[in-house]
Amino acid sequence: MLKIEAIIQPSKLDAVKDALLEVGIEGMTILEARGHGRQKGHTEFYRGREYTVDLLPKVKIEMVILDEMKEKAITAIGSAARTGRIGDGKIFVSRVEEAIRIRNDERGETAL
Amino acid sequence: MFSTRFGVLGPGLLLLFPSFSLAQSPPVTQSDLKAVQDSIHSAQMNADNAWMLVSAALVLLMTGPGLALFYGGLVRRKNILGTMMQSFAMMGLVTILWAVLGYSLAFAHGTSFVGGLEHLFLRGVSLAPDTDYAATIPEQTYMVYQLMFAIITPALITGAFAERMKFSAMAVFLSLWSLIVYCPMAHMVWGIGGLLNATGNHIPSLDFAGGTVVHITSGVSALVTALYLGKRIGYPHTAMPPHSMVLSFIGACLLWVGWFGFNAGSALASGPLATSAFINTHFAAASAALGWTIFEWLHNGKPTALGAISGAVAGLVAITPASGFVEPFPALLIGLVAGFFCSFMVFKVKAWFGYDDSLDAFGVHGAGGTLGALLTGLFATKVINPVFGAGVATGAIDGHWGQLLNQAAGVAIAWGLSAVGTLVLLFLVDKTIGLRVSPEEESAGLDLSQHGEEGYDLNS
Repeated sequence: MLKIEAIIQPSKLDAVKDALLEVGIEGMTILEARGHGRQKGHTEFYRGREYTVDLLPKVKIEMVILDEMKEKAITAIGSAARTGRIGDGKIFVSRVEEAIRIRNDERGETAL
Repeated sequence: MFSTRFGVLGPGLLLLFPSFSLAQSPPVTQSDLKAVQDSIHSAQMNADNAWMLVSAALVLLMTGPGLALFYGGLVRRKNILGTMMQSFAMMGLVTILWAVLGYSLAFAHGTSFVGGLEHLFLRGVSLAPDTDYAATIPEQTYMVYQLMFAIITPALITGAFAERMKFSAMAVFLSLWSLIVYCPMAHMVWGIGGLLNATGNHIPSLDFAGGTVVHITSGVSALVTALYLGKRIGYPHTAMPPHSMVLSFIGACLLWVGWFGFNAGSALASGPLATSAFINTHFAAASAALGWTIFEWLHNGKPTALGAISGAVAGLVAITPASGFVEPFPALLIGLVAGFFCSFMVFKVKAWFGYDDSLDAFGVHGAGGTLGALLTGLFATKVINPVFGAGVATGAIDGHWGQLLNQAAGVAIAWGLSAVGTLVLLFLVDKTIGLRVSPEEESAGLDLSQHGEEGYDLNS
């Protein structure tokens, strides 16, 4: 089992969700987040005073999938979230030890 | 504040009645004539009273919710209720003070500087007109209309000490301020026998709706308060951007609408002078929004919503003293100049001196009020308002250059009274109950520390 964490632009959420559904990934958790990578922030002006806003709104998608779905998931997220500009986000993949379905105590891959 | 059309109906009636009496019998008697005149007078009173009551309500709308929203949106999220409560407190406190003492100090017969105690507890303030002030509305209408001005003026000052004054200190300071600074200034400019009254025989200074009485007093007192109190913790290094431009936007638009009651209502009648003030008010707001936006666009590269609404307010401030004295195109010009001047004050001058006039009460009201009072002396014309008598020049372009000096005197007295009065009151309140919240309370925010509640509970 693998955990995919993808940090994307909020405006790309619907496209990414649809792309994941299309390749057969149905479970996911969405978090509203703030952050920045190399993109840094932007400046705002209020009555002539300049403010640097360095934490920008982002959306983080988390899902746990079967090992063989890895490339499909990465391709789906990457192609749907990409604008080609700085700030498109990142995808992290990590190994998951155990999964438990709370409703009936199913464990492992059947719990996904 | 002067009605000039009252005498027009009489001669008109006399012209109509001879032919009427020839054609009809029985002949018209003196008592018939009087009955007709009485009913015309009553109709005019009712028309004027209707407009003045609406105007009074419009001016109250400027404080709550107008100013409360405008200022409330500009502070950080943790201070919104504290900021709105400061405006709301004035709606309550100043009303009570006005009934007990304030109206008398401002509008009773007295010295050149302050009214006497003739109207203490509103004694003698009846439903009949007070011909010293407004011949066609009940004196109680005049009293309550003027009250709304007394409410918004101290509320304007709260912008300078936002996010850091104790609620108790604010309540005491601004209550005293309304009696010690506002009432004498209102008496000098509008009160019978006042030093600066335009129709008096001392220094005839023109202030149609409160450029000196409302905006210079509040703006200068705001500057003094910001200097006395010091900066907010972290200013200017920590970013303190407005938490809701949407609230401020709604507030500014309510101010714009309310200002029609403020300025056009100051005609104290529903006649053509009210129309003139209404148009001038609107024109100046529009051109000042343009002026501020152009300045900001050139300065920072983007035209902001906050710039546009701040400009509109600056224009409304600047046209206030001039609104019933100038023609529409000078009003447009006054607004445009105010838009540039006030944005310059806020962008540049505040940064040069480094004071924390948090919401720019001085930059907009003090600077805009001073500019407007002086430009009134330049553009006032007898065509709109022959305040010095029929055919007598009023402002400089009318040929009366001396009016500029009268205006400067009004400005100087308003600055002096506000600065000294405010400084003394701040000192007294500071030494007795203390002005400023503790650093811990300041970082927690006024909502929690002063009122024990939060403006936004997004988890409930």
